[in-house]
Amino acid sequence: MARKAVLALSTVLLLATSALTACSTEAPDSGKAGKGGSDGKITLGFAQVGAESGWRTANTKSVQDAAKKAGITLKFSDAQQKQENQIKAIRTFIQQKVDVIAFSPVVESGWDTVLKEAKDAGIPVILTDRAVDSKDTSLYKTFLGSDFVKEGRSAGEWLAKEYADEEGPVNIVELQGTTGSAPANDRRAGFAEIVEKDDKFKVVASQTGDFTRAKGKEVMQAFLKSHKDIDVLYAHNDDMALGAIQAIEEAGKKPGEDIKIISIDGIKDAFVAMTEGKINVVVECNPLLGDQLMDLTKKVADGQSVPPRVETEEGVFTQDQAAEALPTRQY
Amino acid sequence: MTNRPAVTARGPMTRRLAGHRLLWPSLVLIALLLGNLAFTHDFFAVRIRDGHLYGSLVDILQYGAPLTLVALGMTMVIATRGIDLSVGSTVAIAGALACEHIATSSDPGGATTVLTAVAVALGVAVVLGLCNGLLVARLGVQPIVATLILMVAGRGVAQLITDGQIITVNSDKYHMIGGGHLLTFPFAVLLAAVLVALTALVTRRSALGLLIESVGGNPAAGRLTGIRAAGLLTLVYVFSALCAAVAGLMISSNVNAADGNNAGLWIELDAILAVVIGGTALTGGRFSLGGTVLGAMIIQTLSTTVYTLGVPPETTLVFKAFVVIAVCLVQSPVFRAKMPRRRKAAAPRSDTTADAAGRQQEARA
Repeated sequence: MARKAVLALSTVLLLATSALTACSTEAPDSGKAGKGGSDGKITLGFAQVGAESGWRTANTKSVQDAAKKAGITLKFSDAQQKQENQIKAIRTFIQQKVDVIAFSPVVESGWDTVLKEAKDAGIPVILTDRAVDSKDTSLYKTFLGSDFVKEGRSAGEWLAKEYADEEGPVNIVELQGTTGSAPANDRRAGFAEIVEKDDKFKVVASQTGDFTRAKGKEVMQAFLKSHKDIDVLYAHNDDMALGAIQAIEEAGKKPGEDIKIISIDGIKDAFVAMTEGKINVVVECNPLLGDQLMDLTKKVADGQSVPPRVETEEGVFTQDQAAEALPTRQY
Repeated sequence: MTNRPAVTARGPMTRRLAGHRLLWPSLVLIALLLGNLAFTHDFFAVRIRDGHLYGSLVDILQYGAPLTLVALGMTMVIATRGIDLSVGSTVAIAGALACEHIATSSDPGGATTVLTAVAVALGVAVVLGLCNGLLVARLGVQPIVATLILMVAGRGVAQLITDGQIITVNSDKYHMIGGGHLLTFPFAVLLAAVLVALTALVTRRSALGLLIESVGGNPAAGRLTGIRAAGLLTLVYVFSALCAAVAGLMISSNVNAADGNNAGLWIELDAILAVVIGGTALTGGRFSLGGTVLGAMIIQTLSTTVYTLGVPPETTLVFKAFVVIAVCLVQSPVFRAKMPRRRKAAAPRSDTTADAAGRQQEARA
C-alpha cells in the first residue's frame, strides 16, 4: 500500500515537473541564432513579463506592431512571470548577438550578473515599464515607463480644478491597489501630495481593493454604509472603479453625479463607463510604448546618447473626450 | 474511536455537545457584530431599497455565501481527514467557463444560454472533483499533494479560458445568481442556505454523514465493517468541487465579470479557517455544518469590520490574525480550563473538562 502510494506520488510529481519544464522552455528560437545585425537590420531581443492582464497583452502587441513598422527584427520571449525564465532569455539573446536587449523585469532585484554579461558583450539594455534596483546605472542605457507618482498627481490636479470654486468639505474615499505594490504606493503618494494642499479635501476612508473588480465592489459597499456623504471616489485602477460603480448603483446613487469617480489605467471598459457618464476622469497608464521603444532602440544601436529616464506618453481623459477616444482604445 | 457514542445514544447526547461546540463561535460572531455597532451606530439597520433588503448585515450574508459554500465542501473533505486546496482554482475555472460561454453566445441574456453556461461550469467541476477523488482514493496520493496539482494547474487553465483577460458579461439572468434578489432576499444567500440545508439533511438524516466520518476517523475499522472508503472519498471531492463551482458562479456573476487571475484567490485558506473555527478537527472523523457556516460568517464579518472601521490596509492582516488567535484560544477547552478563576461566568467546569478530555482523546485517535 505504502509503496503503491509512493509510486503514484512520484509519477504525479514527475508529470507535474515535466509539464512545468515544458512550459518554461519557451526561450527564443535558437535556430535563428547568429543572424543579428549581419544584414544591416537592427535586431531587438525583448523579454516580456508574461500575459497576466489585458494591459500586458496590449503592451506586447504594441511592441510587436511597432517593431514591424520600424523594420526592426524582434526576438520575443515570454517569461511567464518567472525571473529565471527571463534571465535565461537574456542569456540566449546575448549568445545570438542581438543589437539591443529590452525587458520588463519581473522583480526589481537580482539582475546585476546577467546585465553585466550583456554589458561585457557590448549589447545595450533598455528597461521598459518596470525598474531594477541595481546601484550600477551603467548596466542599462535607459528606463522607459510610466511615472506612477505623476499619475496620482494628475488625478489630484483634476480634482482640485473640478472643486476649485466650491467651499467643501469634499469627502474622498480611496480604493488602493495591492498593498505594498509600487503603483499603489506611488499613486497614493502623488494624489495625497496635491489634495493635502487644500483643507477642504478630506480622505475619509482608504482601503485596498487588490486591483480587482470583486474587491472594489465589496469595499465600496462597506464604505457606502459607514460614510453617508461621499463626494469623490479615487480608484488606483479601472477594475476597482468598475466594481465600485456597481456598488454605488445598488445603493441607489448615481455614479459620476452623486459620487464623482477618478480612475487610473484607461482600459476599454472604463472608457465605455465614461461615455455612460459613470466615470468622470481616467488618467491613462499607457502600455502602448512600442513606438517609443523602437525610437530608443534605433538610437542606442546607433551609439547615440539617450536620457536615462524616458516617460511614456500619457493623457488624462474626461467624459467629453471619452466618446471620441473609445474606438481607438486597443485594450 | 472507542469514545464515539453508540449510534443509539446519538440523539440528545450529540445535541447537547453540538450546543456546546457552537456556543463559542456564536459568541465570537455576536461580539464582532456588537463591536461594529459600537463604532457604526446604524450597523444593524436593514432597509428596503429598490425592492430588496439593503444594509451591512445583508452585505455580510451576501459576500459570505460563496465562502460558506466552499467551506461546506471543505468540511466534508476534512471530515474524511483530507483537504482540498484546489477549490480556489475551481472557483476561477467555473466563473471563466460560464462567462466565456455567455460572452461568446449570440443571445447573452437568454435563459437557455445561462442555463447551458451553468451546466458547463458544473459539469467541468464534476470532472475536476473526480480527478482529485481518483488521485486520493484509487492511487493513494496524499490529499494535500493531489489537490495541490489542480490548485497550481487550475489557475493556469482559468487564464487559458479567459485568455488572460477579464471577460465582462451583460446578462441580467446570469447576474441573478450572485447579485440578484428573490423575494427581497439576495438570491446567493437563499441558494447557499438551501444547499447547506440539503447537505445537512442528507448527511444527518441518513447514514451518509456517519459513513464519511468513519472514513476519516478510523479507515481500518471502517473497512473491517464493510465501508467502501474509495467511493465515499471520491464523492466528497466531487461534492467539494461542485460547491466551489457554484461559489465561482456567484462571485463572477456578482461583478458581471470573470477574472481568471484573481477570482477565488486564497479562498481555500479562508475556507479551511472557517471549517476549523467551526469546530471541525483537521484530523477528521467529525464535522459540524453549523459550525462551518458560523465560521464563514465570522470571517466575512471580520472583512466587513476592517472596511467599516477603517483599519489601515498595512495592518489589516495583523488585525485579522489577532482576532483569529482570540477565536481559536477562546474555543480551546485546554485554554479555557487553564483560566477558571478569571472566568467564573463560563460554562460549568465539569462539562468543559469532559469536553476537553473528549477532544484530546479524539486527537490521539
